[in-house]
Amino acid sequence: MNCCAALLFGEVSDEVGRLLYGWRRRRQESMDKIRALIVDDSSVMRKIVERSLRQAGVDLGAVAEASNGAEALTVLAENAVDLILCDINMPVMDGIEFVRQLQSVEQAKGIPVVMITTEGSESHVVQALSAGARGYIRKPFTAEQVKEHVLPVLGRKA
Amino acid sequence: MNTTSDVRTDGLNQEQWPELLELSTKEVFQIMLSAELERVSGDAAGAPLECTAMVGLAGHLCGVLSFRCSPVSAAIIASKMLGTQVKDCDEQALDAIGEVANMVAGNFKNKISGLSEACVLSAPTVVVGGDYRVHSLVAQSLQKTFKFEEERISVALELRV
Repeated sequence: MNCCAALLFGEVSDEVGRLLYGWRRRRQESMDKIRALIVDDSSVMRKIVERSLRQAGVDLGAVAEASNGAEALTVLAENAVDLILCDINMPVMDGIEFVRQLQSVEQAKGIPVVMITTEGSESHVVQALSAGARGYIRKPFTAEQVKEHVLPVLGRKA
Repeated sequence: MNTTSDVRTDGLNQEQWPELLELSTKEVFQIMLSAELERVSGDAAGAPLECTAMVGLAGHLCGVLSFRCSPVSAAIIASKMLGTQVKDCDEQALDAIGEVANMVAGNFKNKISGLSEACVLSAPTVVVGGDYRVHSLVAQSLQKTFKFEEERISVALELRV
């Protein structure tokens, strides 16, 4: 009887062990995925940016979207994010003002922001970087350029 | 070509502007849609260009850049940009041609030394239909027509006095 119970218990504990291992692995994988926030007033451009991130090899988890800087601040108050891609020219609050305001948001500190914009002037680049952006991509852009600018700010090799 | 070319010209040398407008448009299509554009004559036959996206330029250069295409082309453009099927004159198709106009205008001004800093772009406006007239004090007008997927598309830059 004791022998049967030990065998049965052994099988159950093996099964529990396998389930726990699988759960832990899935949890770790989902924790490794990058949660992104894409800020652009064009819904098509938000989808293109998401697609380019995937093509660039970024292992994306949840993707949140916002159509301007003010909306992005609200999204950030409710969602944990690892990476922000942001346009500059947007209504209500532009991208540079958003990056400035982000610096005073405690839970957003350290989240890398990469600007993706048609504004290619040096003054825009300087403004964005001094406001706190970590990268700058000019539209039109390729997935390769996204890879080159995004992976390093995530601490990965491009 | 995978990135925009670093062709920069003196802002005063306006003789190169038609060439730069053509290059800016071709680059946007190559990079964002993986599509090659072929120049055709402005009066080439084809479906009416009933979708118009306009982006205003203000500052050192004042005017409007307009991108015109047929509803079918707008849907193809959106489909290629998104990698999914988009219907004619769908919201996404109109948004996509607005973004094309925005990128062509941005790419054009970034190629002209000093203009990138001194000229800002408006958000794109999209008009559907052919029965309209735009009135502005035009001093200079550049227009390029291309063949895209067997359809015509047109890009025009109208500069004000």
